[in-house]
Amino acid sequence: MKPPPFSYHLPGSVEEAVGLLGSLENAKLLAGGQSLMPMLNMRFVLPDHVIDLNGIGALSGISAVEGGLRIGGMTRQRDIEFSDPVKTACPLLSEAILQVGHRQTRNRGTVGGSLSHLDPSAEIPAVCAAVDAEIAVTGPNGTRTIPFAEFPAGYMMPAMEPDELLVSVFLPSWKPGHGYGFEEFARRHGDFAIVSAAALIEAEGGRIKRASVTVSGVGPAPVRLRETERALAGQAGSEELFRSACESARGIEALEDVHAPASYRQHLAAVLSRRALVKAWSRIG
Amino acid sequence: MGETRKIALTVNGKRYAEEVEVRMHLGDFLRQQLGLTGTHLGCEHGVCGACTVLVDGVSARSCLMLAVQADGRELLTVEGIAPNEEELHPLQEAFRDNHGLQCGFCTPGMLTTLIEFLGDNPDPTEREVREAISGNLCRCTGYQGIVAAALDAAQRLKALKQA
Ligand code: FES
Ligand code: FES
Repeated sequence: MKPPPFSYHLPGSVEEAVGLLGSLENAKLLAGGQSLMPMLNMRFVLPDHVIDLNGIGALSGISAVEGGLRIGGMTRQRDIEFSDPVKTACPLLSEAILQVGHRQTRNRGTVGGSLSHLDPSAEIPAVCAAVDAEIAVTGPNGTRTIPFAEFPAGYMMPAMEPDELLVSVFLPSWKPGHGYGFEEFARRHGDFAIVSAAALIEAEGGRIKRASVTVSGVGPAPVRLRETERALAGQAGSEELFRSACESARGIEALEDVHAPASYRQHLAAVLSRRALVKAWSRIG
Repeated sequence: MGETRKIALTVNGKRYAEEVEVRMHLGDFLRQQLGLTGTHLGCEHGVCGACTVLVDGVSARSCLMLAVQADGRELLTVEGIAPNEEELHPLQEAFRDNHGLQCGFCTPGMLTTLIEFLGDNPDPTEREVREAISGNLCRCTGYQGIVAAALDAAQRLKALKQA
């Protein structure tokens, strides 16, 4: 028996879950369990209450809505992998999701779980940063929307109140025919990335009209490479352009840990963002 | 004992009604409470894949699920793969014939993972097999025999279907 003792709650609705979250001391939400369960097994967390969200059907689902996609917090990563609406509205997510763990973990792991856990190298937050996603959270005072740029409040710390619950995420879609690319470097397939990069390009008349470049695993949360994006605007895409535009990624502040020193992450940030851009450019339809 | 709950589930076709401690993970429940020790626990933090079982036909790491979350579900563990006491499942036969196991520690997770995989993808490439088992660690075989066994099993299952 590895997890510490706790009381278990299985609410059937968001209201009930929010009520429990607001009234119980030291409670943890259990979504897909692919991060919380290891932390419980290793006793890195010692909650008095576990509130299991798996009984709330209304939290799952993928729907095409005006201007993009809405994905429920409890939607499994596996369902995203095979979703046609996702392929159409946000192919970047379809590509990135394949790098999230393994099939056995994607079968249970959820979008909301990944976003709330906010691991610095996780893929789903990186995609959210790339498309300027909006996160909907519900608390005792109702639902509010947080632009993804304001969502990470620090290292593995989402800007949600302790009594708020992530209910869904809205991903604005890019124009049909846009280019996208996701690149990742990890020591083994399915491991957490050391660094990953996401790129999106909209072109018009052979020139870049709009670009988004994101790296994750470098800083405490995904970072948009604004300088790179500015350098790309209005230019005709080429290997040379992408190389020079990504050089500035070497200057971003990087984490350092047992897996890789900061300088290595900065190097990967430059290389992977270039590769992601090359891929995105080649896919413009 | 801490807080408990009553759950009812089916494992390998057999119904069970049990009272479980809410903090117990599914892998411990299968092994300690039901005595189904075929499911192995290697790391208990979601890395090795040895504990993989099928929950309503879908693979999951049993160390990353609470036993209470299996309430009302139908599980398949390695004990339920063979058709009867005498015969092996074609996938198990292929493992035996291709040296797909040495110590056998990773085998329950490999088999359950591949049962799901071959169900969805009856004619996989070698690359797809390697990808499918990438979440299962084996410290003995070097994976070669496992990959060969999976490809062989796909052929055996196809032949059975056509027969
Ligand atoms: S014991 Fe569950 S993944 Fe290792
Ligand atoms: S056969 Fe020993 S771990 Fe795979």
